[in-house]
Amino acid sequence: MKTWIAFWNILKKDIHNYYLKPPNISWGIIFPLSWTLMQLIRSSGGVNLSDIREMLPGLMAMSVLFGTTSMLAVTITFERKGRSFDRLLLAPISLSTMVAAKLSGAILFGLLNAFVPVIFAAFFVDLAGINWGSVLLAVLLIAVTSTLLGLVIAVSAKEVFEAQTFSNFFRFPMLFLCGLFLPISSLPVFLRPLSYLLPLTYGTDLLNGAILGVSLLSPVLCILILLAFTGGLFAYCQYNIRRKWIL
Amino acid sequence: MNTMDIVTVTNLSKRYGDFVAVNGITFSIHRGEIFGFLGPNGAGKTTTINIMIGLARPSGGSILINGINAVKNVKKAQSIMGIVPDESNLYDEMNGFENLCFCGSLYGMEKAAREKKAKELLEQFDLTKAGKRLFKAYSKGMRRKLTIAAGIIHEPEILFLDEPTTGIDVESARQIRQLLLNLKQSGTTIFITTHYIEDAERICDRISFIVGGKIVANGTVPELMESVSHGHTIRLATDQDMKPYTEEIQERFPGCTVKIDTDRTLTLICKERIALSPVLQYLDGKGISVFEAKELRPSLEDVFVRVTGVEATKLKKEKEKGGMAK
Repeated sequence: MKTWIAFWNILKKDIHNYYLKPPNISWGIIFPLSWTLMQLIRSSGGVNLSDIREMLPGLMAMSVLFGTTSMLAVTITFERKGRSFDRLLLAPISLSTMVAAKLSGAILFGLLNAFVPVIFAAFFVDLAGINWGSVLLAVLLIAVTSTLLGLVIAVSAKEVFEAQTFSNFFRFPMLFLCGLFLPISSLPVFLRPLSYLLPLTYGTDLLNGAILGVSLLSPVLCILILLAFTGGLFAYCQYNIRRKWIL
Repeated sequence: MNTMDIVTVTNLSKRYGDFVAVNGITFSIHRGEIFGFLGPNGAGKTTTINIMIGLARPSGGSILINGINAVKNVKKAQSIMGIVPDESNLYDEMNGFENLCFCGSLYGMEKAAREKKAKELLEQFDLTKAGKRLFKAYSKGMRRKLTIAAGIIHEPEILFLDEPTTGIDVESARQIRQLLLNLKQSGTTIFITTHYIEDAERICDRISFIVGGKIVANGTVPELMESVSHGHTIRLATDQDMKPYTEEIQERFPGCTVKIDTDRTLTLICKERIALSPVLQYLDGKGISVFEAKELRPSLEDVFVRVTGVEATKLKKEKEKGGMAK
């Protein structure tokens, strides 16, 4: 019960202090919308609203990726710099609980970001036939793994600008390597193995399967791989936090 | 572990590569006392406090807090600690009341309990009106007070304070000292590090001096003062130039060393306590009036200077500069 009180209040504090601030809300809405419009304009040389459904998996995956990684890395680095993060490290709750609470805010933010393109698309195309259960699971797994990548960055960065730089170093190549807008099969052969080392590839494949009915790998395999990434990244982050933050 | 001790630190050490920050220190803190930890910059104070509260790992040694092994069971030990860092590290985006409630929640306090306690603390710390104001709008003194309130919202058994009065105004510092004394009266044990020797002298029951990672002196304030005292010193303020009488006084009082500080001031440094009446009678016989007689005791600052080799005023100035820059 005591752990739950601490968990819930850390999450509530993060939502109140960071995620519900106007710049972040506008970022969460404008960024996915801009990308959606940009993709529409460049597809077939003009605006073709029927393409939205095909682009939806990539747009959703990208929205989650940017929503989660941008916020968590920056907020943690910001709190560490102001030393308010020490309060959390000194609280009598396990490191896992504290980390899980910090991750949850970013995951929720990522989930909401993911559905901005969906809401936009719903005005223009018929979204019937989509397996929404699978979509939700895929988005959740992408949000969790992307948030954990954000935490990996947060543990390494000392300054907010470092966190932003590291985030972009990870994120932009992933846009091209993970099959969001370019099929992995169209990548140069030497880059393809790299695609399969990134969790977003499996999340996007799951989304492709759920929305378009086309996927490279079995959904069960993708889910298992994403769960393995989640466990591995969580353990790595905890190890790194113990090593770097508790000197 | 002595039953009256709430903290026992044994042979504690911390190395960063070749640098030894804390070098095998041993001390204990009695339950219900205010324990001061004093030393110059870089002496190892913050490293020691960080290890005790679980923000750093020791390279060696042990820490028992209320019978809990604070090195192995950090989280269990943290549940009975209150921690007030040297910088006010609450959340700028939240108001005073919200900050206190949030800190209470980290210790598992239920909503009703933490809200009630937060209101009480705001009142106790004279911050009721400021409770609804954002933390970033607080003055330094108010920030400090709220940070202390946040450290005690869960009613810890032991409170760790790192430089609680640094960089704040005189009135806030006085209020904080009084609050700490009140906390002590209510049974809370307090561990405090400070650069302000006079603060330590006013409120601490026992003090340890740390220099270069080693404890060089510890004891109660009177014990420490006694350690640098060389007998009894009496200063007499007179109405005449005392220089012509120096030799004669020295002969009449062979157990004392006679010093003339200024023309009209006579200082007697005696190995043992002496009666003043023979001195006064002698001076009276010479037609010298005595306006004031004062026994001079060494201050804690004298002890600090002696054991650390650092001038306290220099240290205070350095710290104030740092405090103002924050």
